Order: sequence, then structure tokens, then C-alpha cells
Amino acid sequence: MPATPRSTVRDAFSISLTVGVYGVAFGAASVAAGFSVLQSCLFSLLTFTGASQFAAVGVVGSGGAAVSAIAAAAMLGTRNALYGIQMAPLLQVKGARRVLAAQITIDESTGVALSQAPLGSDAMRAGFWLTGVGVFLFWNMFTLLGALGAKALGNPASWGLDAAVPAAFLGLLWPRLETTFLRLVAGASMVFALLVTPLLPAGLPIIATVAVAVAVGWRPR
Amino acid sequence: MSPSMMWTVLIGTSSLSFTLKMLGHSVPERWLAHPRLQRINALIPISLLSALVVAQGLVVKAHVVIDHRLAGVLAALCALFAKAPFPVVVVAAAVTSALVYHLH
Repeated sequence: MPATPRSTVRDAFSISLTVGVYGVAFGAASVAAGFSVLQSCLFSLLTFTGASQFAAVGVVGSGGAAVSAIAAAAMLGTRNALYGIQMAPLLQVKGARRVLAAQITIDESTGVALSQAPLGSDAMRAGFWLTGVGVFLFWNMFTLLGALGAKALGNPASWGLDAAVPAAFLGLLWPRLETTFLRLVAGASMVFALLVTPLLPAGLPIIATVAVAVAVGWRPR
Repeated sequence: MSPSMMWTVLIGTSSLSFTLKMLGHSVPERWLAHPRLQRINALIPISLLSALVVAQGLVVKAHVVIDHRLAGVLAALCALFAKAPFPVVVVAAAVTSALVYHLH
């Protein structure tokens, strides 16, 4: 295997560390929602896809049912299937290595792999594996720190943890609002969620906003 | 939520997340390449994350409630407009919300 370009290693490392640190916010959010430190760590090890993890604990934290929490997480996880479709022909792996590749198929590993395209497929593959494994290590380490920290702090409201969770969602949403159209979709989704809140059991308004995405995306613009 | 329900959420979320990842690595491309599916899929994170901001920042049980959390979310919004990095956004929200919670 040819040497991996230094810029690929650098990209993979900087993304892994930056994204991994978000794990603190997840660990804290998970404990604030009522999960144990062990459960929070298992979330990051087994689910390992940030937005889905945040959504699951977010629905539980807002008093929603287990089914709503799982459904919200699954809908956010569908994009990983689309990433897998793009990565599979590049990686060409079978058996246990394919299972490993699938588990680390997330926004960041796919993003770094695609961004290495000018350097060739070897650099793309290296970008995928280095970023996926790197994010996995840092994300899990920082989840433990966040969960232990939140556990030590006690009452979530007293330390502002109950506001840190929606702020984290806003932080995840912000970089996606690249166009006026997408900002309008976000605004419409927030209004929709507020309007259906008194009408539906806790947790369901979150799932129901997918209707906005379906309605807007149904026809080409 | 009872402890067994918490485990249900953890196991359900983990197994579905992995199944979706594995699906992408296993099925022929054309199955998931429908343009409508792709358009909707691109919008789902935006709708769900928007709803989660509202549900976590403005809702208690099934009621819209304005409290210290809104101050925190507004602080986060200011930090985002100022192009602050993610940890600063979260800490700004926590500090602001905790201050309002204790002063109120």
C-alpha cells in the first residue's frame, strides 16, 4: 500500500478530534435525560452516529415514548445508508471488515473520503478509515467524560445542562442552513413542532415534523 | 421512563442505526437512488433537528413553556451568529440558562 499523503492524515486527525469533543455534549445530554453513565457509553459505542444519539436521548428527555425515540434516531440514520452506497464500491471489503466499515460510515468518514478525491482512491480509502476510527476513539472517550461530568454536577437545570442540549441541537443544525430555502424549511419545522406540541403526546411532535421534510421534498424545486 | 424502557431505546436505536449503515454497504445502488428519496432524506435532518431545538428548549411534557432554557438558546443563537465554535455555543447557553435559573 502506498504511503498515505500527509494532508489526508492531517484532515482525518483534525476532524476526528474536533467532532470527538462533541461527545462531551452527548454524554452530558444523555445523563441529563436519565440514562446511566454505562448506557451513555454504550450509545456511543454501538449507535455511533451523533445526530441519532442526540435525537434518541432528546426524545426521552422531553418525555417521549421509547418508540418515538427509536424512530427519530432511525430517520436521522437513513443518511448513513446513502453514505454506505457511495463508500462500498470504493472500499471493496467483505466479511468482518465490511461490518467494521459499516459501523464507522458516518458524516465525517464519508466527508473526508470524498474530499480526498483529487489525491486518488488510496487517499480516499485512507481518509475513510483514519477518520472513522479516529472519530470513534475520540467520540467514545469524550462521551465518558461528559457523562461522568454531568453525573458529578447533579441537577441539570442548576448548571444550565437543560439549555445546553437544545443549544447543541442548534449547533448541529446551523452549518446545514446553507441556503435561504433550507433556513425556511428549518423555520417551518420549528413552527410546525410548536403548533402540534399541545395536540400530540410528548415526543411525537419531533417525529411529526418529518412531514415537513416529506412535503417540501416530494416534488423537485 | 422505566429502566427497561431506557434499555429498549438504547438497543433499538443501536440495532436500527447499524442495520441502516450495513444496508448501504449491501444493497444495489439503484434501490436507494430514487431522486424523491434523496431529496426528502436531505431535508430530514433539518426538520428533525429544528423540532428537537423546540422540544428541548420550549416544551415541558406536552406544553409550550417559556423559562430559563429560552435564555440559554438565545445565547447560543448569538454565539452562532458571531461564528463561535461549537463548545463555546454550548457553554454560552449553559452559563446563561444557569444564571437565569438561579436569579429568577
